Amino acid sequence: MSASNPITNEANVLRGMDFSRKLRWRIVFSRAMDIFVGLVTFAALIPLVSVLYMVAMRGAGNFRWSMLWELPPAAGTDGGGFGNALVGTLILVSIGTLVSVPIGILTAIFLTEYSLGSKSARLIRFCAKILSGLPSILAGVFIFGVLVATTKTFSVLAGGLALGILMLPIIILATEEALLRVPGFLREGSLALGASRTQTVLRITLPAAGSTIITGVMLAVARAAGETAPIIFTALFTSYWISSLHEPTASMAVLIYNFSSVPYDNMVNMAWSASFVLIVIVLVTNIISHLVANRSK
Amino acid sequence: MSINPDATIMDEPTRAAQVDKPVSSHTAAASLSAAEKSTRLNSPTVIDIENVDFHYGANKALHGIHFPIREKLVTAFIGPSGCGKSTLLRCLNRMNDLIDGTRVSAGSIKISGVDIYHPSVDVIELRKRVGMVFQKSNPFPKSVYENVVYGLRLQGVNDKVRLDEAVERSLRGAALWEEVRDRLHTSALGLSGGQQQRLCIARAIAVEPEIILMDEPCSALDPIATVKVEELIHQLKQNYTIVIVTHNMQQAGRCSDITAFFYMGRLIEIDATEKIFTNPSQKQTEDYISGRFG
Repeated sequence: MSASNPITNEANVLRGMDFSRKLRWRIVFSRAMDIFVGLVTFAALIPLVSVLYMVAMRGAGNFRWSMLWELPPAAGTDGGGFGNALVGTLILVSIGTLVSVPIGILTAIFLTEYSLGSKSARLIRFCAKILSGLPSILAGVFIFGVLVATTKTFSVLAGGLALGILMLPIIILATEEALLRVPGFLREGSLALGASRTQTVLRITLPAAGSTIITGVMLAVARAAGETAPIIFTALFTSYWISSLHEPTASMAVLIYNFSSVPYDNMVNMAWSASFVLIVIVLVTNIISHLVANRSK
Repeated sequence: MSINPDATIMDEPTRAAQVDKPVSSHTAAASLSAAEKSTRLNSPTVIDIENVDFHYGANKALHGIHFPIREKLVTAFIGPSGCGKSTLLRCLNRMNDLIDGTRVSAGSIKISGVDIYHPSVDVIELRKRVGMVFQKSNPFPKSVYENVVYGLRLQGVNDKVRLDEAVERSLRGAALWEEVRDRLHTSALGLSGGQQQRLCIARAIAVEPEIILMDEPCSALDPIATVKVEELIHQLKQNYTIVIVTHNMQQAGRCSDITAFFYMGRLIEIDATEKIFTNPSQKQTEDYISGRFG
């Protein structure tokens, strides 16, 4: 600080004070935002954690292992389980997955690798986005009209297809996202070595996007496993074991829906236990998919 | 603006006389007499670029480019950003086909006399003959070994002995063998930037192309890695015709035999590298070389 020019000197000091006041305000503001963001996150977790807590307490409390392989109890009786619903849900979700995964992944490949930016691609993407917001009950009503009303029977197959319709847009959009994230220079590198477009997709793009695609598929599976509305219209419910794909079947979601609204304690408790098991199944599928995805990296 | 390249590089002698000529290594080249050097610069033409116009949609990116690229020499394309040098490079293996709305709108490019834009030409076959190394090293997320054999596997080669042999040959050819021989089966993404770029070169030479295109291969590398890649280019030209696009004029000076200067989509001048850097015949070239623009 030179004292030779008092005016400049004073100006500098003033500017310095101004600066430090601004800086202090900025620090305070930043702290306040930190706390605010933390609180909002905490608030968002409250409903999530309380649902999990409630299901875990009431579901696990009444849970018996035999529930996993016994048939549902008759109204007013003790014991029983939801073995047929568990099997039903696994089969329904498997059918949905078998239908939606190949179609979904191939559609996404078409969108990103073969017709990026074309009119048909934009139209398909638009449809997939609309379909992903489709109220799930409409998928059920649609399959009801197409399959149940024409064959005159509720069936596992119809339920699986309804779930497939719900899973399809999720898989298309997730796979498309995953493929778009594969850097273009990898495709160029492959093509420059004399690979055809199909070879590039199979050997480079799909493997590179693999783990993200698996995550997307698992998300779709988790959503399908918990769907009730489309199943009520298609697979209905029974109290017996599944014996054919052309018959109605029980499922976890519909069992929870049915049993939670009856006046019998045993059934209500069983609905809680079934909810708990369903959440555990979704959790386990997610953990497995993460393990698979991480290993493939 | 473009001048007739045949006038600046000496008239092409008969091919028969040239084919059997032993190819000199870089160090030997330095001690060649002027006469020998100029004969070397007149090796047979591999790529004929004839009056090529190129369009990106309505934008004309190349205007009447016309010159030959000669066998087993390093030809450098220099010029300021947007001058069309990368566009021209990517025309040579039809990588521009991947970009919608682009087309060679006039003229032709012939490799060994065959017009590569003729409908009967198999692009996949072309790209096997004309390898490419990109600006950003782009190893596949696979092992070092699988990266090198990728092109061979595409061609249906799955014989382990042949693949092993190709891996060693290509990695030695890319001066990388000693550094990675113990980690062939670990991920290529764990290599350093310079090693990754040399791996990409190994991957390109594994399919035994005739021509290697390099699009600013050192622009993302540190100086030491750059020196290694440049040394590699000197070795590679014994067996391959190399075309390199570079922003770095010192690099063009160090590792090319012939330099082509582009400006605004036009070829301004092409000549022996030594001549371009010491005594260019066009004022624009001189201005660019001496750093007055670009």
